[in-house]
Amino acid sequence: MRFQCPIPIQEYDTVTLAHGGGGKLTQRLIRDLFAPTLENPFLSELHDGALLPAPGGRLAFSTDSFVVSPPFFPGGNIGDLAVHGTVNDLAMCGARPLYLSLSMILEEGFRLKDLWEILVTIRERAEEAGVQVVTGDTKVVERGKGDGIFLNTTGIGIILDDVDIRPSRIRPGDRILLNGPIAEHGMAILSIREGLSFESGLESDTANLWPLVQKLLEAGGRDVHALRDATRGGVASALNELAQASGTGVVIQEASIPVREDVRGACEILGLDPLFVANEGRFLAFVAPERAEELLALMRTHPLGSEARIIGEVVEDHPGVVRMETWLGGSRVVDMLSGEQLPRIC
Amino acid sequence: MKFVDEYRDPRLARELVAYIRHRSSRPWPIMEICGGQTHTLIRYGIDRLLEGAVTLIHGPGCPVCVTPLEKIDRALAIARQEEVIFTTFGDMMRVPGTGGDLLSVKARGADVRMVYSPLDALDLARQHPDREVVFFAVGFETTAPANAMAVWMAKKEDIRNFSVLVSHVLVPPAIEALMEDPETEIRGFIAPGHVCTVMGYTAYEELAERYQIPFVVAGFEPLDLLQGLAMLVDQLEEGRHEVQNQYTRSVCREGNPHARALVEEVFEVTDMTWRGIGVIPASGLRLRASYAAWDAEQKFQVDAIHREESSACIAGAILQGKKKPVDCPAFGQLCTPEHPLGAPMVSSEGACAAYYAFRRFQEAGA
Repeated sequence: MRFQCPIPIQEYDTVTLAHGGGGKLTQRLIRDLFAPTLENPFLSELHDGALLPAPGGRLAFSTDSFVVSPPFFPGGNIGDLAVHGTVNDLAMCGARPLYLSLSMILEEGFRLKDLWEILVTIRERAEEAGVQVVTGDTKVVERGKGDGIFLNTTGIGIILDDVDIRPSRIRPGDRILLNGPIAEHGMAILSIREGLSFESGLESDTANLWPLVQKLLEAGGRDVHALRDATRGGVASALNELAQASGTGVVIQEASIPVREDVRGACEILGLDPLFVANEGRFLAFVAPERAEELLALMRTHPLGSEARIIGEVVEDHPGVVRMETWLGGSRVVDMLSGEQLPRIC
Repeated sequence: MKFVDEYRDPRLARELVAYIRHRSSRPWPIMEICGGQTHTLIRYGIDRLLEGAVTLIHGPGCPVCVTPLEKIDRALAIARQEEVIFTTFGDMMRVPGTGGDLLSVKARGADVRMVYSPLDALDLARQHPDREVVFFAVGFETTAPANAMAVWMAKKEDIRNFSVLVSHVLVPPAIEALMEDPETEIRGFIAPGHVCTVMGYTAYEELAERYQIPFVVAGFEPLDLLQGLAMLVDQLEEGRHEVQNQYTRSVCREGNPHARALVEEVFEVTDMTWRGIGVIPASGLRLRASYAAWDAEQKFQVDAIHREESSACIAGAILQGKKKPVDCPAFGQLCTPEHPLGAPMVSSEGACAAYYAFRRFQEAGA
């Protein structure tokens, strides 16, 4: 469902320095745009911070900043990422997301219409995810000192009972589950970057992973050892991080890693390895081997996991190193990248 | 994926590996010239599957790696100028010059942009008539036609705020230089498929005759390379030295006449410095005098910048196939993709980077 209200009338059609000055324009921005759009009892107090009831149990706390350029892309906008990014980080801790903060750094001249669209997106995504944006902040920087809009969200969630998700619980023998085809977000962004634009129907995979993770945890309990969303740096970086953090080795099978045909085609043409391309709706689950098939079947019953696969396993050999068995029967190391993946010349 | 998966069929690949191993009487030293082919060989572990039957020597065919330090420094000097939008292929961004690389110049405020095609750079020039748009025209014969096209169109449309910094190299003179070395061990060549798509392979017929050495023009997929190597091993075992074409779906003997004509129109042959190797006579391309107005080196007066290269890096020996990356004392220690001492560590097509990414743990025995 889309939030249909038109943008409340403002005197300016772009963000000005005065919108961040703390005076009347700042107040109007908050009262007319932010507060009614993201409305909830905690935010409506317009206090310096949110006064929240303390839920029982253990909390998860996570923060993430969003600087995607351009802020609107096929399949979503920066607002989708700002909600899903932090909600997913909480989910990867085994936590049901409850509250978000929202900080904005706006560049002078950013169109209010675009800001409105992003706010509405944040509201919709937050509603879907069952989280409330309970506190926020807005700053405006001079033209040329930002890139339109930067967002930060910080989230609090409550950890489900009887789960214990952390890298140090990874054991040799664990199977590695991946919830769907990779590299869609990164390639969608790349497809519209200036200088690289190419025609494609690629869309970001941005999604709230909590409903699927919840299902997995309710069935798998403590047999789910670790979770990691494969965002920046892709599946390869996530695997390397967990191999290093747990002091175990990882072996994956090239043939088992799902990549959609059009994404693979774009990667082939640009000379990029999909293993290193960013995702916004994909995660890895390290689970006890005896539960792997059952949990895989369960993931596949959910729309976000319908193409889930077991892509590899944890081994005692080569601790900290990810190795891939190629379809040719060869084997190679899948390393972290030094920087961004650079397209090849020819 | 259609037209890709066919060339990665595991069953056929294993049959070809078995055939080469069966056919070969000794580890024939064979050089693949092109960096794209090096990448495929290492990425799929083909060189190791053929150990004992073929010893693959990785040639100087990564354009990023052989671009001389001097050109990189000139690029940095041009990119630093305020009115300039400096455009380049992605993997030139991190090639180390004397005072940093294009990425670090960008971080200090220069307008450096990655493009996929010189025609995209030309578009930028049309969109920004108040700025100077410079394209770093590097590469072998493969990229020459598109670079020539951008300059030709700029002249035709009289786009004066566009220019190219040319660092073009040619494959046959490099092979000649390698074969003139009395110490060379090379006994056969995989000729670069995409260079030959443009230029054809008549030049290689002369080389095959002169040096009595076989060539097979091959593609870039695993099956292309395995079939090409099988054809070379056949020739070597039978004592033949022909030029054969494995890559028939792309290459014909005369190449692409339109592309060749365009390259001929815009560029002329010149002596060229190869990073790590030195000057090879008549091994490069430069703009003809009639296109001087689009020559960035003249426009920005950077021809005075000259540089000698550091001796710490054994890139020269690696690019000539005399040493493997792991033979270098700096490899993986002083020289890594984060801090490359030499260009073969920068581009993913560079032999050192390919070894570092896919191989260093195996070489270390882990």
